Amino acid sequence: MSLRTNGLPDQDQLTASRPSPQRLARGPVAIFECFERIPCNPCFDACPTGAVLPFADINDIPKVDFDLCTGCGNCIAACPGLAIFVVDETFSTGEALLKIPYEFSPLPERGETIQVLNRAGREVGQGKVVRIQKGRNKLATPLVWLTVPKGLAQEVRHLARYQ
Amino acid sequence: MRQTNVLVIGGGPAGLSAATAAAQCGARVILVDSSSRLGGQLIKQTHKFFGSREQRAGTRGIEIARLLQEEAEAARVEILPETAALGLYSDGVVTLEKNERLIKLKPERLVVATGASEKTLAFANNDLPGIYGAGAVQTLMNVHGVRPGQRAVMVGAGNIGLIVSYQLCQAGVEVAAVVEAAPSIGGYAVHASKIRRLGIPILTSYSIKAAHGGETLEGVTVWQLNEKWQGIPGTEQVLAADILCLAVGLTPLTELLWQAGCQMEYIPELGGHVPWYDENQQTSVPGIYVAGDAAAVEEASSAMVTGKLAGLASAHSLGLCPDFPVLGEKVRQELTQLRAGPTGEKIRKGLGKLRARSRPGAM
Ligand SMILES: Cc1cc2nc3c(=O)[nH]c(=O)nc-3n(C[C@H](O)[C@H](O)[C@H](O)COP(=O)(O)OP(=O)(O)OC[C@H]3O[C@@H](n4cnc5c(N)ncnc54)[C@H](O)[C@@H]3O)c2cc1C
Ligand code: SF4
Ligand code: SF4
Repeated sequence: MSLRTNGLPDQDQLTASRPSPQRLARGPVAIFECFERIPCNPCFDACPTGAVLPFADINDIPKVDFDLCTGCGNCIAACPGLAIFVVDETFSTGEALLKIPYEFSPLPERGETIQVLNRAGREVGQGKVVRIQKGRNKLATPLVWLTVPKGLAQEVRHLARYQ
Repeated sequence: MRQTNVLVIGGGPAGLSAATAAAQCGARVILVDSSSRLGGQLIKQTHKFFGSREQRAGTRGIEIARLLQEEAEAARVEILPETAALGLYSDGVVTLEKNERLIKLKPERLVVATGASEKTLAFANNDLPGIYGAGAVQTLMNVHGVRPGQRAVMVGAGNIGLIVSYQLCQAGVEVAAVVEAAPSIGGYAVHASKIRRLGIPILTSYSIKAAHGGETLEGVTVWQLNEKWQGIPGTEQVLAADILCLAVGLTPLTELLWQAGCQMEYIPELGGHVPWYDENQQTSVPGIYVAGDAAAVEEASSAMVTGKLAGLASAHSLGLCPDFPVLGEKVRQELTQLRAGPTGEKIRKGLGKLRARSRPGAM
């Protein structure tokens, strides 16, 4: 099974895409789970710091200089693949902060407890909504900021509201 | 009979781009579209698009449609919505129908940008109510705001099947599974990952055996396929569903080009029968150009670029657009770039085949 047969990246792909433990320990940073050459580059145009390196060919896989990344999340809202997430493992002693693109309505509310889901849509625990970040343009992808137990920071990629 | 420099048939991304490009060169341009709203496939696309900034990547399809229409209006393209092109005759006359009235038009140049239509699939009970093409489901949800049912099965894991599955979830419909006959997912991995996160399984090497129901669809039997793409008895699963959505490919809408006597070629990589055309999108009939999905089932990004190329080339052939040698080359390079990656491989192969077919009259 692989990305091509079931839509799930394998462990090697995930490990290679992840910033170093040292970088993760320094605060918010973007994680790009975009593993295939496709004609796409809005993440480059959206990044205000130059962390997303220039594309020689529009089909290139995005390359990120994590030292330049501030974790602002601009790229998340622009990415048509919904393939970018921001992780802040320094949020508190036990919790990490995630910024996740979320295109479902109604949006969860600040302070709401939600189910957190992994890449296969399976519930792996609970999280709490810290903030909803909507773009200026009403068609831009909203970001949900949520806290999760630190051990789940690299597992959780989606959320669901309790009915 | 009315006259014009350029007539564009079809107001999707290809047609709108062609019309704007030709009008900006100073041509008098009329654009017709059979539907009341311009934008073609784009008006159903609520997701953000791929491509680069020149093709407005990261913007949603509906938004791109609006921007393209504004540009065409600013360039003084005469837009006739709810006007269908019915016939194209060898003397260059085009017949149009608007409000049940027939109009005849004799354009000096013609750009055909009619897009593509959806393919269907043969299986038992494939005519039950509740079975739709992906385009129809999208129109219901995204144009009319109607939720088409409670629980869906999607057939096809190309980009359209994956995107429409996601949009069904956004509309509050549960998607039981995406079924794909090929052994691997055809669409972009990022789209596949997006729907996996929602908990939707993607069953590759699976197909539909039969649909069930009384008055309307109630369930679907799917089964696994062997290497010869035949169903394997004993692998059947019944999925409860009141919607079965088919996203099994598109084929260019080319009736008008057949009628006009354009040389047609069968190129599966481009979606089926397509007209022969040169590097400026001109068909074998001088003065008739083709752009977008009607020329090759591809993407909105490339449709805008082939449209622009056809628009500029048609204006140039009328003695307008003196910069065409430079401009045209730039636009062709943009296309080459879009098609450079692995996802462009099929198109590159198809265009290679098309160009290798002998040019009419050049034998
Ligand atoms: C679900 C889905 C998702 C997609 N996602 C993307 C994406 O992310 N990125 C991307 O680049 N592309 C995407 N596409 C593809 C893109 O929408 C098409 O490739 C593009 O719209 C083709 O443009 P076109 O102008 O050739 O044709 P169309 O958009 O199909 O427009 C054709 C127009 O011609 C009109 N017409 C047809 N026949 C006649 C006639 N006889 N007389 C008058 N008018 C006529 C029709 O009414 C229509 O408005 C997607 C498509 C779908 C269905
Ligand atoms: S999070 Fe901000 S700084 Fe980091 S890559 Fe994205 S846009 Fe650039
Ligand atoms: S915008 Fe998203 S999908 Fe496109 S290249 Fe960047 S990360 Fe990949």
